[in-house]
Amino acid sequence: MIEAVGLTKRYGAKTAVHNLSFQVRPGAVTGFLGPNGSGKSTTMRMMLGLDRPTSGHVTIGGHAFRSLPNAPRQVGALLDAKAVHGGRSARNHLLSLAQLAGIPAARVDEVLGVVGLQDVAKKRSNGFSLGMGQRLGIAAALLGDPQVLLFDEPVNGLDPEGILWVRNLMKQLASEGRTVFVSSHLMSEMALTADHLIVIGRGQLLSDMSVTDFISANSADFARVRVPADRPECREKLTASLTEAGGGVMTEPDGALRVTGLGLSRISDLAHESDVRLWELSPHRASLEEAYMRMTQGVVDYRSTADAKEGLQLPPPGYGQPGHEGYAQPGHTPQQSPQEVPQQGWYAPPPPGQNPYAGAPAPTPAATADRTERKTSEDSR
Amino acid sequence: MTMPATPPPPPQAHQAPPQPQQHRGAPAGLYASPIPVRTPGLGDAIASEWTKIRSVRSTVWTLGVMIVLLVGIGLLTAFVVSISDAPLDDTPVLSLGFFGVLLGSICVITLGVLTIASEYSTGMIRTTLTACPSRARMLTAKAVVFFLLAFTITTVTTGVVGVLQTAMLDGATPDTGFWVRSTVGVGLYVATLGLLSLAVGALVRHSAGAITVMIAVVLLPLVLAIFMFSPTLARVQQALFEYSIPNQIGSMYNASVTTSGPTGWEPLWIILGVTAVAMAGAFASLDRRDV
Repeated sequence: MIEAVGLTKRYGAKTAVHNLSFQVRPGAVTGFLGPNGSGKSTTMRMMLGLDRPTSGHVTIGGHAFRSLPNAPRQVGALLDAKAVHGGRSARNHLLSLAQLAGIPAARVDEVLGVVGLQDVAKKRSNGFSLGMGQRLGIAAALLGDPQVLLFDEPVNGLDPEGILWVRNLMKQLASEGRTVFVSSHLMSEMALTADHLIVIGRGQLLSDMSVTDFISANSADFARVRVPADRPECREKLTASLTEAGGGVMTEPDGALRVTGLGLSRISDLAHESDVRLWELSPHRASLEEAYMRMTQGVVDYRSTADAKEGLQLPPPGYGQPGHEGYAQPGHTPQQSPQEVPQQGWYAPPPPGQNPYAGAPAPTPAATADRTERKTSEDSR
Repeated sequence: MTMPATPPPPPQAHQAPPQPQQHRGAPAGLYASPIPVRTPGLGDAIASEWTKIRSVRSTVWTLGVMIVLLVGIGLLTAFVVSISDAPLDDTPVLSLGFFGVLLGSICVITLGVLTIASEYSTGMIRTTLTACPSRARMLTAKAVVFFLLAFTITTVTTGVVGVLQTAMLDGATPDTGFWVRSTVGVGLYVATLGLLSLAVGALVRHSAGAITVMIAVVLLPLVLAIFMFSPTLARVQQALFEYSIPNQIGSMYNASVTTSGPTGWEPLWIILGVTAVAMAGAFASLDRRDV
């Protein structure tokens, strides 16, 4: 059991973690998610007593880590796969940790076998690949056979076999009644591994709920509808009748429609009434990734933008200024077509309960930026 | 993963947790390890630090170079003196070991700094402190292991060099007190200097930075003193000469360049005092600062 109460960490003027309170329960894999720089690693370092909280506290099994009796036998952690002295062999690295924690040396060979590094145990670890480094870090975390396990990005650099192994390992550790706390960026992995999610953004708690609750609270299912590609007028007709019936409609880049707020059967009926043939009518389950993206859109600190290389391009011959004609999408007519699914940034459908046609997609920062950019390109034309 | 020697059944390996952990007095549902729990102490930390220091190349290199310097320079000076026919008179033969120790101490400084600073540069310190939340125990163990290693190597090497030098030259017969001071005494002095480097390494947390600081501590007093021509600074200049680390090592060999200043065992007490202060700072800083 890990319990954080009002955990806050400031580095000078920057607040890395602000008033974070949550509990991590035993017997389940708890995923710890958040954008880059949201304070995940800082939180984990505070759990391990490496960083001192500015205010608040975090306890493991009721004790602060540094006052835990037999800490290495109760808590195992993988913080950073490269947090080893590269000049030392894998076995000596683990041996020194085992000796430090009063663990029998025989356990070292055992965990080396568990992580599959027995063949390179005598090799110096600076020759290890990222995946091998992760395995060594996991071995160090398992060394004390602890009750509480913290993993920071455990599948980073692992091969598919290793990812599967880590996934099963996490589940098995949790099923044995241990507390397993895993941070990761791989949403597909988290969806398969975690039972519970703690999501933070800009150092603050965004969500603390089970994976299924998280997905249903933060995203909605939608239906993908495709009409014959050679009949664009059918698409407009269907869009009109779907919107009239109260559905939210957006287009995907390949011409398919994304419909929210209407059941599959209702969509089919409406299509039949408007005399439109359908090539596709498929349900789309919201994924954890979409739910996560939706939730964290507003708190992403480091967002990538398109690499336009504009300042570096030669003006095309015959034009006075660098033309944007080439970038304009052919047939792009904003007046009549429904809102497009934003291609820049992430978009996930709104959760159920929200008005499905309240201005189609919520004006997310990414979507707004996208639209402004397009507008400027039209202005300069 | 608590599977001991028995190979897990292949198909169910991940799904079948081993049996014994659900009981053993733990609260129901909580995991309890079948491995017996033993509270680790300083002895365990010392064993761990010994594993660490012997399993990296920098230890072998720095101490190897130091032995080569001590023996090489010691024998070279003895050889030069023996062919030069210069009268050795009352200069004790053992003093010839001084030059080698002066250079060799740089190696001990480097090793002392690397013992702790390499943990910071590699990130190993976080792994170490996760396995041992008591930071004071970790630093004590490092200091003990490093000090004993540096002391043993220096004392044995200076002893061997001393024996070889007295065999090559026939100067004044050194008495037992001088023998002890120029081997065990110098060993203690150099190891303490290394310990000071370890403390500086723990404070600075950066290998190159800490080594630079320590080289400056060794050399700067002499360099500064050279440029103090002004008569008003004469006393400062004198003090810098007398208490500079090379002169202190020299006076342990009775080869001091100044006539006054610390003599006999006094340099050892001085460096011990300085190192005690630096170590206290290192303990306090390690306890307070984030890793």
